[in-house]
Amino acid sequence: MKISSTKRYETLRERMGNGDMDRRSFMALLGYAGMAAGVAGGAMTGLSRHAMAAGTDIYFEGWGGVVSEALRKHAFDPYTAKSGNKVIDSAFGGESEVLTKIKAAGSIDGHNMLHSSGVSWYQRWVDNGYGSELNEANIPNMVNVMDAIIKPFRAITPNSLSAVPYDYGTTGIAYNTKYVSKEEAEALGANLLLKKELKGKIGGWGGDWANRAWYGALQSDQDPNNIKDWDAVWEKAREHRGLIVKYWESGAELMDLLAKEEIYVTEAWSGRVAALQAQGHPIGYLDPKNGLAWMESMFVLKGSPMADAEELLNFMLAPETALAVAEGQKYPSSLDPNKIAMSDTIKGLPAFDPTGKLEGLVFRDPTTWNPVEKAQKKQWNRLKKGA
Amino acid sequence: MSALRSKAMRPWWLLSPALVTITLLVVVPMSLILIYSFYINIDLGVDRPAFSFENWSELFTDSYYHVAIWKTFRLSVIVTVLAALLGYIPAYFIANTTYKHKWLLLLLLILPFWVSFIIRTLSWIHIMGNQGAINGMLLWLGVIDEPLQMMFNEFAVIVGFIHVFLPYMILNVYVSLEGVDRNLVPAARTLGCSPWQAFREVTLPLSLPGLAAGSLLVFVLTAGSYVTPLILGGPNDFLYGNLIYDAILSELNWPMGATLSFTLLVLLGLVVVLYSRIMGMNQLYKAFG
Repeated sequence: MKISSTKRYETLRERMGNGDMDRRSFMALLGYAGMAAGVAGGAMTGLSRHAMAAGTDIYFEGWGGVVSEALRKHAFDPYTAKSGNKVIDSAFGGESEVLTKIKAAGSIDGHNMLHSSGVSWYQRWVDNGYGSELNEANIPNMVNVMDAIIKPFRAITPNSLSAVPYDYGTTGIAYNTKYVSKEEAEALGANLLLKKELKGKIGGWGGDWANRAWYGALQSDQDPNNIKDWDAVWEKAREHRGLIVKYWESGAELMDLLAKEEIYVTEAWSGRVAALQAQGHPIGYLDPKNGLAWMESMFVLKGSPMADAEELLNFMLAPETALAVAEGQKYPSSLDPNKIAMSDTIKGLPAFDPTGKLEGLVFRDPTTWNPVEKAQKKQWNRLKKGA
Repeated sequence: MSALRSKAMRPWWLLSPALVTITLLVVVPMSLILIYSFYINIDLGVDRPAFSFENWSELFTDSYYHVAIWKTFRLSVIVTVLAALLGYIPAYFIANTTYKHKWLLLLLLILPFWVSFIIRTLSWIHIMGNQGAINGMLLWLGVIDEPLQMMFNEFAVIVGFIHVFLPYMILNVYVSLEGVDRNLVPAARTLGCSPWQAFREVTLPLSLPGLAAGSLLVFVLTAGSYVTPLILGGPNDFLYGNLIYDAILSELNWPMGATLSFTLLVLLGLVVVLYSRIMGMNQLYKAFG
């Protein structure tokens, strides 16, 4: 017959009360019981920790909104169900925010994988010593990724990659078709952002100096990858500033401003515009000549659990996962359309390149943009505030 | 002699937990920030330890920073004055109401704190935006033909600040008013004061510590903010905090960010010193009950 601890304690107390046991023996027995509970509890705690450690926690940071929703629904949740590893995802305000946190903490605790933007940031992470070394043998689905999208990353770290390219898109011009016709948008191109009649109804991305400079270059008839006259670029940025109502800081804010008609025209990320169009908003999208294209990667920070990170990356690159994410976040996948059949939805996404060579898109050249970043970014932050 | 010394040391022993905490959590971090302000930023996110006055020199000579300081103090004064005017009325009402469930009114004041600060700030877009509640109502009533531009300007930033910081003002004034002897106003009335005179001569002066403490709190909180102008402001609406944000998070220039942060600390510290010179710090304790 089993006796509960409470019953055992009550019996002992009764014996002591009846004088069958002295107080010292009673206290000693209580002490032994306590020690037994402590030892057993300690062991159980250790075992429970071991049980919890059976799955690895992978910390992921991305762009939030529809992008994070697509990744969570089509990649992270199914991966967790399959592997037992938990992907803890959150949204960042930008990669500089993550870099600041990691530098301040002196450790990558709580940070493993980033939805990193562009080759420039890949270079920055590597230069700051946070580049991991991925074992591509553990990511067999990488064979389906476009060579053209891997090439710029491999040029920076020829021996091993720290990230896998995952998607790409463009930063074109979004316009409300109730107020701006397609013909007018195409005729004006990048100068649509400087149309004086739309003063107070124009927006702009405040978070990225290079984006503003790219458009300033287009508006001042310069090659964005070979800017000679920075004064002319910033003069156009000043002109734009005089016409705008608001610099937006996130994709969610961009979508909100366009959907609520706070702004009619702004530069915008192709996927976010596609999401707005899918919701039925009258928003058109234009990629002007030499418009800005970019690619995003899944960057793994040095010191992360590599085997688990590689397993997650392989899962994310599996065609059924990658294509579902692409449809959800509205950005074309990095998978080669010559190797993997794309759905009609993906083929219809802005910026989709059916050739798999990305030759029709103009990307930021890090060799010309990175060296001027320190000075020009400061210039932009001041100009943005009217200095 | 030893007993005397032990007695003299007793306050220090009693104060030591607080002193250690303040040293570890305030003095040490701020000292590190001050040291960092002398470092040199070589490239984005890359700093070199040095003893350079470059950042301080830039701060003192560049009008860009001076304009930001002026804008910050100006806006903080506006927000503080408006919060004082708008906050006194509900505080007075709560303190003097005979409603038996007064705690419910106080709970209503604290209730907004349960919702994220960002969400509360963003909610103004749905109230004052082109398709927001106010414009929707005015358009529906036929008062206006086109939506009024109420968002993304200084007005929206001030509204956002007052919305977030008003409870601090109300609570401070309320605590002060609660401490006022209930017999004083009737006594003043029996001596011939009109209701307004009784308020002006008795209630208001006695509630000043709470009003001042609330004002100090609202001023300091406003001056240190950067998110509200980012969400509700236009391109011209920025505060000194936004410059710190730019330096640290955008330009990855920690030494300059440290210089700007330390300067803000000193400036706000000066405001507190000024307050204590005028009001006396003991008034602050009175206000907090």
